[in-house]
Amino acid sequence: MQGPPLFPESASTMAPRVDALYFFLLGVSVFFGLLIAGLIVYFAIRYHRRTPEQLGARIHGAMSLEIGWTVAPLMLTLVIFVWGASVYFAMAHPPEETLNIYVVGKQWMWKFQHLDGQREINELHVPVGRAVKLITTSEDVIHDFFVPAFRIKADVIPGRYVNIWFQVTKPGRYRLFCAEYCGTRHSGMIGEVIAMEPSEYQAWLGGGAAEGSLASAGAKLFQDLACNTCHRPDAQGRGPVLEGLFGKTVTLQGGATVTADEAYIRESILQPAARVTSGFQPIMPTFQGLVTEEQLLELVEYIKSLQALPQVQTR
Amino acid sequence: MATSTVLIPPRHYLNDGYGISSWLLTRDHKRIALLYLAAVTLFFFVGGAMAVLIRIDLATPPGDLVTDETYNKLFTMHGVMMVFFFLIPAIPTVLGNFLVPIMIGAKDLAFPKLNLLSWYIYIVGGLFTLYALVSGGVDTGWTFYTPFSTVASTTNVIPTALGIFVTGFSSILTGLNFIVTIHRMRAPGMTWFRMPLFLWSTYATSLINVLGTPVIAITVLLVAAERIFHFGFFDPRVGGDPVLFQHLFWFYSHPAVYIMVLPAMGVVSELVAAGCRKPVFGYPFVAFASLGIAVLGFLVWGHHMFVAGESVYSALIFSILSFLVAIPSAVKVFNWTATMYKGAVSWETPMLYAYGFIGLFTIGGLTGLFLAAVAVDVHVTDTYFVIAHFHYIMVGGTIMGYLGGLHYWWPKISGRLYNEALAKISAGIIFIGFNLTFFPQFVLGYLGMPRRYHAYPPDFQVLNVLSSAGASILGVGYLIPMAYLMWSLRYGRLAGSNPWGAVGLEWTTTSPPPTENFAETPLVTWEAYDYHAPSETNVA
Repeated sequence: MQGPPLFPESASTMAPRVDALYFFLLGVSVFFGLLIAGLIVYFAIRYHRRTPEQLGARIHGAMSLEIGWTVAPLMLTLVIFVWGASVYFAMAHPPEETLNIYVVGKQWMWKFQHLDGQREINELHVPVGRAVKLITTSEDVIHDFFVPAFRIKADVIPGRYVNIWFQVTKPGRYRLFCAEYCGTRHSGMIGEVIAMEPSEYQAWLGGGAAEGSLASAGAKLFQDLACNTCHRPDAQGRGPVLEGLFGKTVTLQGGATVTADEAYIRESILQPAARVTSGFQPIMPTFQGLVTEEQLLELVEYIKSLQALPQVQTR
Repeated sequence: MATSTVLIPPRHYLNDGYGISSWLLTRDHKRIALLYLAAVTLFFFVGGAMAVLIRIDLATPPGDLVTDETYNKLFTMHGVMMVFFFLIPAIPTVLGNFLVPIMIGAKDLAFPKLNLLSWYIYIVGGLFTLYALVSGGVDTGWTFYTPFSTVASTTNVIPTALGIFVTGFSSILTGLNFIVTIHRMRAPGMTWFRMPLFLWSTYATSLINVLGTPVIAITVLLVAAERIFHFGFFDPRVGGDPVLFQHLFWFYSHPAVYIMVLPAMGVVSELVAAGCRKPVFGYPFVAFASLGIAVLGFLVWGHHMFVAGESVYSALIFSILSFLVAIPSAVKVFNWTATMYKGAVSWETPMLYAYGFIGLFTIGGLTGLFLAAVAVDVHVTDTYFVIAHFHYIMVGGTIMGYLGGLHYWWPKISGRLYNEALAKISAGIIFIGFNLTFFPQFVLGYLGMPRRYHAYPPDFQVLNVLSSAGASILGVGYLIPMAYLMWSLRYGRLAGSNPWGAVGLEWTTTSPPPTENFAETPLVTWEAYDYHAPSETNVA
């Protein structure tokens, strides 16, 4: 090591794009900072008061200057806005094909669930060169998933699913911080993202699968909680058919519609009466307090895995 | 500059009555200003002591000076004390109270009794908060984010919230008092565009105080209600939305940033005019920039929530509005700088603070552009970059403006001059100490060090040690003015009515002024900063 670092490592596809704008802003700041400081020092020396009675010149202003130093910064900030917005747009929209991993934050640890069933705490293994989408939620207060080397950060909010995506460009171990103050051990809520070559990642995946995939754990829970007594694949149950539901548009009582995404499935488990599918009675009991955030994710993943049966009309 | 025979006036507001009740029951805006001066100074040093402990702890990577709980309480109470009990009230209640009536040629504020009541309300709110501090503290951060503050924290959230709630009424009443006074009590001939720019910025600040403060009052009440009655405003387990709190909180607390910095901008306009002995360049642009900031300041709160699950399009709208609010601030900086052109530029202490303000506020403002650009904000928000940015605005801006104003008007307030050499040295110490404290934090922030971290990775240590060293210099810089200003009260040379050779109604009356401010109501026939007018307004 040669002295303390002054600039963070850059290890995601987004990092160089953020850095480019950062350096542009740095250039703008240095230019205007030096301009103002230089003028102040120059005027302070050049026009230093020489006699106690001396007065300044009788100047009240100049319209051309006022227009100039209003319009020029306005134009410059619009350029920065458009640049910042375009990079942000890419940050906010993950590619079509992503490797999905579920994240649950809780005081004061990070829990990760891979689709194949691996579970990790404060360590997240991902492959290099592939877009990874994290579907995050919190079990208690607001946390924040922050990997400086990837230039990504997002609050992990209880009661919501927030998606974050990134694509790592080089193997290595990268610091993960909780960046939203979450209580006593906030500064201990740290971890590492371990980025591996795809082959090594496959080997790692093969090495550790414990009790089957996330969806299969969800299927077991679906039975244990007796969800299957009402949600049947044959449209004869008292609840809506869940096969093929994910990603579809659901018509609600009263005619409004909603896309059946992770958040809607989660809400329908915890607060079933909130948005009831048209044609059904609000008879489902709440599972608030009966299932953990991690079990919810298993159920969501199970419902996502249910393919539409060809002969059944989905509602 | 002083004339040869400077005498203290036989009758002035300081010798108009003695004893504790002549102060605690006074309705004189100047005495109330001094009551506030004592109170905000107390809170400044309480908040500052916590900052010292924080910086000592952060000199080493592990959290080894205090426990995690104590550290979290320290930064929370540092923020609460500094924001609600020093930065928001300091300039309006001390300098504003003293100067608003004098600058418009009035005998007092419109509602003198209400003004005294505001001070008592402020003190009651402050006592609540001090009680919360000594009876165990509070650990939510000064931002009180839910659901942590409503369901998880086990500390004194309610007394602290009550303290903020109560103090808010003091801000509202003072703002109301200033608005009515400026509308109704101007001396004959004192038109809006003859007012010193300090009054324009005080007026803009008062508007924000009156319109914004009720929102924070409601917000902290909702937090207290959810803690006591478990209502589901913010707790998602009972159907609430934790992010709703952030909308309500920042709807006040972003404009509050302008409550803190607009009065300092007003002070700097006065310092620059007097320091250059010429009118402020582009007076109407500087005046309307204050109002522009006050209005746009209400429309940018969402930029605190770019990573808090805000929708993409909301984020983009808040981003562009945040860039727009930077424009009037830039206009002000350019106009102050242009005022120096062909000025009779002073190097006295108040002007040194004005230079410091412009330089540091420029850095604070430019780094604000980084935060308004959403893609960069995502990386640096909630890190030390943000900490550095807002300290450049609030400490580099507001406190530099406050100290500059205090030095500029001290001869008027006290009737005496402080030691100029010591004052220049301490201004230099503050400038150097400030930059050494907060500049390294920009670098730390881009490296990724999150805010509110008690322990941090060892490779961040060098920058943290620099910052802590700067803080110790800054602390010394703040103590020296305390000493020589107190000393000057008794031993300082008499100032005379106009020691700076400045124009403005406050320099036409004696130092200290009489209780009724002017022997007879002035008739204003000149523009603000009219250094070239003949006769009585000119240099003594």
